[in-house]
Amino acid sequence: MRDLTIAAARTALRSGALSARELTDAHLDAIAALNPRLNAFITVTPELARAQADAADAALRRGAHGALTGIPLGIKDLFCTAGVRTTAASRILGPFVPPYESTVTARLRDAGAVFLGKTNLDEFAMGSSNMTSAFGPVTNPWTRRGDNAPLVPGGSSGGSAAAVAARLALGATGTDTGGSIRQPASFCGIAGLKPTYGRCSRWGIVAFASSLDQAGPFARTVEDCAILLGAMAGHDDRDSTSADIPVPDFAAACTRGVRGLRIGIPREYRSDGMAPEIGALWQQGIAWLRDAGAEVIDISLPHTKYALATYYIVAPAEASSNLARYDGVRFGLRAEGEDLTGLYENTRAAGFGAEVRRRIMIGTYVLSAGYYDAYYLRAQKVRALILSDFTEAFRECDALLTPTAPSAAFAQGEKMDDPVTMYLNDVFTVPANMAGIPGLSVPAGLDAQGLPLGLQILGRPFDEETVFAVGTAIEHAAGFTAAPAAG
Amino acid sequence: MSLDPATVRRIARLARIRLDEAEVPQLAQELNGILGWIEQLNEVDVAGVAPLTGGAQMALKMRADIVTDGDMHEAVLANAPERAGDYFVVPKVVE
Repeated sequence: MRDLTIAAARTALRSGALSARELTDAHLDAIAALNPRLNAFITVTPELARAQADAADAALRRGAHGALTGIPLGIKDLFCTAGVRTTAASRILGPFVPPYESTVTARLRDAGAVFLGKTNLDEFAMGSSNMTSAFGPVTNPWTRRGDNAPLVPGGSSGGSAAAVAARLALGATGTDTGGSIRQPASFCGIAGLKPTYGRCSRWGIVAFASSLDQAGPFARTVEDCAILLGAMAGHDDRDSTSADIPVPDFAAACTRGVRGLRIGIPREYRSDGMAPEIGALWQQGIAWLRDAGAEVIDISLPHTKYALATYYIVAPAEASSNLARYDGVRFGLRAEGEDLTGLYENTRAAGFGAEVRRRIMIGTYVLSAGYYDAYYLRAQKVRALILSDFTEAFRECDALLTPTAPSAAFAQGEKMDDPVTMYLNDVFTVPANMAGIPGLSVPAGLDAQGLPLGLQILGRPFDEETVFAVGTAIEHAAGFTAAPAAG
Repeated sequence: MSLDPATVRRIARLARIRLDEAEVPQLAQELNGILGWIEQLNEVDVAGVAPLTGGAQMALKMRADIVTDGDMHEAVLANAPERAGDYFVVPKVVE
């Protein structure tokens, strides 16, 4: 039953063929068996999950079910959950138990979802491999054919992606600041969506870069992502950047088809260094959409090559400001000092890992007197040019198709020699965050070593519906049914 | 431009992160690697471009300036590393 989609599990739960308690227990048992090896969850909450499952069964018996009643989910440990430890995978938040619930998780609970626990991530969502977590790396349930070397699940939402791929949850939440949902979805052979900036409330999510962060779903099908997003999205008075616009029926949009749609292929994404298998899969995706009735056109996003460098000014700048709150006074870790400044400095040195410290320092530097204009202001201007590229492109086409990531999952410990090598993982995903547009990764094939590869669909702001329609077309054509060895 | 050890120490002080002297050379090298790579933005012509400050192309909503919650002392203080009554405790800051 752990192989069920959310859509199929809903039907089985509502018909009485399956109980929420059975479904939850099956997942808790699988977590107990596999999590010691995968480390996908930082905190497992079996008592809470069983209580929620029993409540779901009672609601189902009354016929009073919500959109997700009885569906077991993993929650990225960046969402504050009332009464359940929330760590952001950092030592500095280690003992923190939020007295409040994030808006997105509150909406999921209201929809009847069952929370299995809090999933692992890169510390403060800063990373592309889950290697920066203070709670240890996550192991991808996929391995290379004939090779047991542990691979990364991608990041930062690596625990969520690994949990869904390994059948430890039917779906999961993630957040995506530069690719942190889409790249792990690609590495783990599942679907993952970064919605339009403003589609989901950021209230109660540990902040990394506030103008880029956006919550979104992971699941094993595009339709399941659409079902989850329907429950997560919507206006929230407590987040002034959350959009006050209606939430459409995303799941219904999945079946629209692509006939008559114009799909843009951005030529700047095609680099000489692109892995031949990734290039071939992209060509295959183009052919699939053409066969399904879409018109495919060549388009240009001239500032693509500057998106990543722009991101590594904007995101650290915002992070250095957001993470100023971790001072050892009001919550989290405290390391004593000779005076108040000493307490701050010792707490932050003891509490932050190496990557978080680097980004805080880069952010502090680019915002400091004398460097603000040269770095931060210039980056904001380049960001405007990147948005303008997309705005122009969407005059000519309805969605874009690109690869999700420049490679398949790599081994734990690879790409750790210098920070910039790791940053290059996000080259295809970061532009969507800079422009605030929605992006979906759909599993589309396996490479020669048997590892999953994803294709990315980008859409106009608040047009997730077209993104889901195109994603479903790719999903159907790809017929991706492969599952990882662990699971 | 390149960060010298004194600048690295100054940034760490601004960021309130204590650095061991032994960490400075390695950190300077890493930060210089990142900043050197970022220098590529200097080749972009940004003349006349208005900076983009946010992720959403919408006007921020206004709300009434009223108190909507309160009386949560225990919830606010529940995670305090050290407290005395309804106060957070820090090292003495006034002589």
